[in-house]
Amino acid sequence: MAVSLSSMSFNCTGTWRNVKPVIDYEKCNSCGLCWKFCPDACIYVEDGRPVIDYYYCKGCIVCAEECPRKAIDVVKEE
Amino acid sequence: MQKVIMGNHALSWGAVVSRAQVIAAYPITPQTEVVALLSELCADKILDAKFIKVESEHSAMAACIGASAVGTRTFTATSAQGLALMHEMIHWAVGGRLPVVLGNINRAMGPPWTIWTDQNDSLSQRDTGILQIYCESIQEILDTVIQAFKVSEKVYLPSMIVLDAFVLSHTSENCDIPDVELVDKYLPPYKPQYKMDWREPHAFGGLTSPDWYYELRYKIECAMEQAEEEFRKAHSEFEKLFGRSYGLVESYRCEDAEFIIVASSTIAGTARLVVDELRDRGEKVGLLRIRVFRPFPADEVRQILKNAEKVCVIDRNISFGHGGIFFQEVKSCMYNHRTHPPIFGFIAGLGGRDVTPDVIKEIVQYAKDHKQPQDKIWIGVKR
Amino acid sequence: MKLTIPEVELMTPGHLACQGCGATLAMRYTLKALGPKTMLFIPACCWSVLDGPFPYSSLKVPIFHTAFETAASVASGARAGLDMLGDTETNVVSWAGDGGTFDIGIQALSGAAERNDNIIYVCYDNEAYMNTGIQRSSATPWCSWTTTTPQTHPKDEPKKNMVEIMAAHRIPYTATASIAYPEDLIRKMNKAKEIKGTKFMHIFAPCPTGWKTPPEICVKLARLAVQTKIFPLYEIENGLEYTINKTPKGIPAIEYLKLQGRFRHLTQNDVEIIQKNVDREWEILLRKARATEGLREGAHP
Repeated sequence: MAVSLSSMSFNCTGTWRNVKPVIDYEKCNSCGLCWKFCPDACIYVEDGRPVIDYYYCKGCIVCAEECPRKAIDVVKEE
Repeated sequence: MQKVIMGNHALSWGAVVSRAQVIAAYPITPQTEVVALLSELCADKILDAKFIKVESEHSAMAACIGASAVGTRTFTATSAQGLALMHEMIHWAVGGRLPVVLGNINRAMGPPWTIWTDQNDSLSQRDTGILQIYCESIQEILDTVIQAFKVSEKVYLPSMIVLDAFVLSHTSENCDIPDVELVDKYLPPYKPQYKMDWREPHAFGGLTSPDWYYELRYKIECAMEQAEEEFRKAHSEFEKLFGRSYGLVESYRCEDAEFIIVASSTIAGTARLVVDELRDRGEKVGLLRIRVFRPFPADEVRQILKNAEKVCVIDRNISFGHGGIFFQEVKSCMYNHRTHPPIFGFIAGLGGRDVTPDVIKEIVQYAKDHKQPQDKIWIGVKR
Repeated sequence: MKLTIPEVELMTPGHLACQGCGATLAMRYTLKALGPKTMLFIPACCWSVLDGPFPYSSLKVPIFHTAFETAASVASGARAGLDMLGDTETNVVSWAGDGGTFDIGIQALSGAAERNDNIIYVCYDNEAYMNTGIQRSSATPWCSWTTTTPQTHPKDEPKKNMVEIMAAHRIPYTATASIAYPEDLIRKMNKAKEIKGTKFMHIFAPCPTGWKTPPEICVKLARLAVQTKIFPLYEIENGLEYTINKTPKGIPAIEYLKLQGRFRHLTQNDVEIIQKNVDREWEILLRKARATEGLREGAHP
């Protein structure tokens, strides 16, 4: 039977993106909305602040759209 | 305990003494008595099981699959249209490696509507990978349910126990219903290697590329081959505990037979009478009853038929455009053997047309009268 | 950081969903509410694939992939099995798309609901057969483009009201939820898991790929659907008593429709028809809520 043996954590979906969200910590007040709305669950909380895990970030930019302080910049991926 | 029961109830009692835990079934003539009795026995707490009154046969097999996936012993029963509706999910039970046991009352497929017996419904499931056992007597039905659970749970493939509509489902016979405690010695509780368990989460049946699907199918075929051996072991153990012996096939007076009839289900029972009658007349006739159809007992069939001068296979089924299915399987398994006797393929009894001793004698006579074997002889068809 | 929903993730990154997928948020929030003692029965749908191919899975709960029409029937069987094994606690969840719920899966769902089988049935609704490339389902809204309802002949029929169909079964709990309101979704899941019987959750989960919208507005669309009253948030207890969870100010439907490529061909007249229908359905819902207040005594003894 096809039984799964491990997770998808090896899968680098970060290679999918054309654009990249970058949090401007000057403007960020750690409201948590970006963490809450990430469809890839790749924004984690560190020292009370949101941190984007770029290994997985697909660049969907939902976080930037939802940020009430416009504290997430959208930059082109190199 | 000794009890006179009908064929359908033998299926029910088989499930009861095997301690089936979840039953999901939908009514269809002529299966209804199977589930009606199981319902009663569940309600009376004679069987400790959940009975899900599903809304279709497709859902019946799906529910059995769900219950089996979490690690419980499951049972269902159906016939004809219901079996056809279950078809997709029979594939799912096979690919999912789930040992669901299914009782099928062989009923001819509609349209037109019919309730009488033939084997096209069960044989249409031939290529799914479900184990198939064709029963001739009511005691055999009950015993086969128990054996099927044992073998299925060893090889992780579902089983189908097949019996003729009305001829077997609705006739009665004195039967030994074994004590549950004795069956417990034969059939331990179901403990699968993998199951749905939150403590050990897995995804079952995820998208599989050509890199792996091939190997997963190979494993199913290996399981089928293992099933042959498991059936032999199961039969041997069964004989020790319950005193009744079974095989993958049954060979009756074939040792020196020149002429062998190959049949299954109740037609085999009738053929046995004809064999005795012809033997009394000095003719060297024998009967090979094929009991386990999947996995196909090729070795046994070759062993028994290899020295015959002529073989007639009686099929209560037809694969349109090619002929009777047991005939095709028997013929193909003999082809490469160094002796391959001429094999005649007879179609008989479709839609419940009665196959009497006279019909079988007619079949034997036809084969005697013709030197060249023929593939598709429709005995008794009105032209 | 103050988190308004549980922190633990049972959905891990690396999954194969499109950028901005609403279905993943539906799953993420649901699992946060239900916790690890949960099993999912997933028929053919986007989640069959985006979880990851064999031998990988991005979810930390057991999943059984099942045939398209069997989300509810397999779950019914699993529930019976678990109960027989003495486990009445593990959440048995059918997790299906709109196609597998409204269309091919409706028979099995109706069967399970009629038997009041103790399962949570979750339909994440992206309003078409997205996994197979955007074909219409009976959940596709009126006048929407899909590959089988092209612009020259968009969908003729209104969206099937699945919630009403489920309420008619008099199941203990039916609710709508939207991925833009995760706290509400989680509250409802928590409520559902404490109830014995069939619970139906209809989650609005936009699909940027299929709706022809940029991925970043996925959550915004889910919010607008609620705010325009196109997708109201409400609960029905025992199929009888209606409770509206959110009474929006009422933004015109056009604000929602104009953002989506699948509605690009809409004429002024189409939009007016849509607005009229939205207003009427909302009015009916309001009246139902008023008329059924206090009438929740269950049909199941």
